[in-house]
Amino acid sequence: MSALLSVADAHVAYGKVEAVRSVSLEVGAHEIVTIIGANGAGKTTLLNAVMGVLPLRGHVGFAGQDLAQLEIEDRVGLGLSLVAEHRELFWTMNVEDNLLLGAFRSARSATASSFERVYALFPRLKERRKQLAGTLSGGEQQMLAMGRALMGAPRLLMLDEPSLGLAPIIVADIFRTVGELRSAGVSVLLVEQNAQAALKIADRAYVMELGEFVLQGPARDIERHEGVAASYLGFQHTGESAI
Amino acid sequence: MNTTIMLFLIQDGITNGAIYALLGLALVLVFAVTRVILIPQGEFVTYGALTYASLCAGQMPGTARLAFVMGIAAFAFDVFAARRALRLPLIARAFAANIILPGIVLALTSVLVGRHPPVLVNVALALVIVALIGVFLYRLAFQPLAHTSVLVLLIASVGCHLAMQGLGLLFFGAEGQRGPALADTAATLGPLRFTGQSIAVYTLTIAFIVALWLFFGLSVYGKALRATAVNRLGARLVGIRTSLSGQIAFLLASIIGALSGILIVPITTLYYDTGFLIGLKGFIAAIIGGLVSYPLTAIAALLVGIVEAFSSFYASNFKEVIVFMLLIPVLLARSLAAPAVEEEKD
Repeated sequence: MSALLSVADAHVAYGKVEAVRSVSLEVGAHEIVTIIGANGAGKTTLLNAVMGVLPLRGHVGFAGQDLAQLEIEDRVGLGLSLVAEHRELFWTMNVEDNLLLGAFRSARSATASSFERVYALFPRLKERRKQLAGTLSGGEQQMLAMGRALMGAPRLLMLDEPSLGLAPIIVADIFRTVGELRSAGVSVLLVEQNAQAALKIADRAYVMELGEFVLQGPARDIERHEGVAASYLGFQHTGESAI
Repeated sequence: MNTTIMLFLIQDGITNGAIYALLGLALVLVFAVTRVILIPQGEFVTYGALTYASLCAGQMPGTARLAFVMGIAAFAFDVFAARRALRLPLIARAFAANIILPGIVLALTSVLVGRHPPVLVNVALALVIVALIGVFLYRLAFQPLAHTSVLVLLIASVGCHLAMQGLGLLFFGAEGQRGPALADTAATLGPLRFTGQSIAVYTLTIAFIVALWLFFGLSVYGKALRATAVNRLGARLVGIRTSLSGQIAFLLASIIGALSGILIVPITTLYYDTGFLIGLKGFIAAIIGGLVSYPLTAIAALLVGIVEAFSSFYASNFKEVIVFMLLIPVLLARSLAAPAVEEEKD
């Protein structure tokens, strides 16, 4: 079986500075894959390049199709979705309209059931459906960003630092939801600094340092790996208690 | 000055102000969605007015041919842009929208032009022709530049304005034209006399503002347009094409421009270059609204209209000067209130 997302020998550069060097990765169907690494390792850059926000040199294939010539909007149409680091919500519009536009590329007939699914996953959004996105709390904004992405019924959801700036209890909630997505048939590519929480729910993991993958394997093995434990897990104070 | 004259001037100001309001709203909309400062808005006014006047006079307007030629160019652009992934349905769709549609409009115009169709048919034809020009203008001049800075877009905008003004001279000649009024009735209310045309101006302006409000508040495409204005990257991430939003914005702007022209041309004689000045007054209103606020723009437009009416009464030589001077206190206040902002990159 071929992978859902396959990236081979990818380079991403800002001007002359290469932020991502010769990276290859795969995400299979029904799989949660995480990329962990320190701040500035190139994780966000890689996700943005896979989505088409940044230009990428190398190969990116999704569901057997070469993405090289496709714009962001076409990649969305194929079932690839990114919840960006800054969430990129429509701040002056209400929750319901944000979600509605998440289904912009889907058939209108499917919208009602998508709303039901997303509200079941995030009941809080249903309570706040008439509230403007800009007035939501950080956790609710993250839920809305994920909900909006799920409205388009993606096959692969890419999450960029969903725990950033959120209280541990909300982080736990969001990670539980990410875990539930797998059983709903959505693959997840998760970029996280909170390595411990990410490794708990992931099937496989890549460790990124200075723009390159230095380690990869099943999440359980990575969690036990000595170097990783020292670099990324040792200083986590919030993760364990929250999950 | 007595009350009658004052009421008269206010009435005149509001009639013109209503039209500036429409134009100002279109400018704000286009800027929010595409970051283009739409200088050619005035040419949409001229084209709409003079196309309508030509049709009523039984002449073939050159704008119908222009729309057809621009459509062919737009088709070439579409095919070139999709050259790496050419598929038949894609080409068929581009062909239908860019060549067949303006072709039908051109054929319809040349069939109807000598036969003196009803006024409303001429209005509709003029609107459709200018709307096509507006959408193709976006496709040809602005869509290829969509990722560039506001300054580049502004320069392209000035270029479009100059080119379209020159073409206007070619199509309509240097003499001004007037068109027939949309309604011949008149009503009197106290000392004021409302002509059918001014009533048409009020009704259509209000109807258009309500229609826009409904479009943005209720329809998915209206919401998609707002979303693009609020967060361009966010909109792309849910699959809303920037080019689609841009086309809708230009479609609305060109229809609004043409409609304004059709409303004005029975009141004043319009020349091939009059539209620019009218568009600029909408632009003043839009600037007072900070290029973001729709209600502020509409109110400012009424103010511009009234100031213009009074200054043409007291100092008609300085009419334009006084109106454009309104900008100075606004710009001063805005630059003092807000710290210098770097241009947003995206």
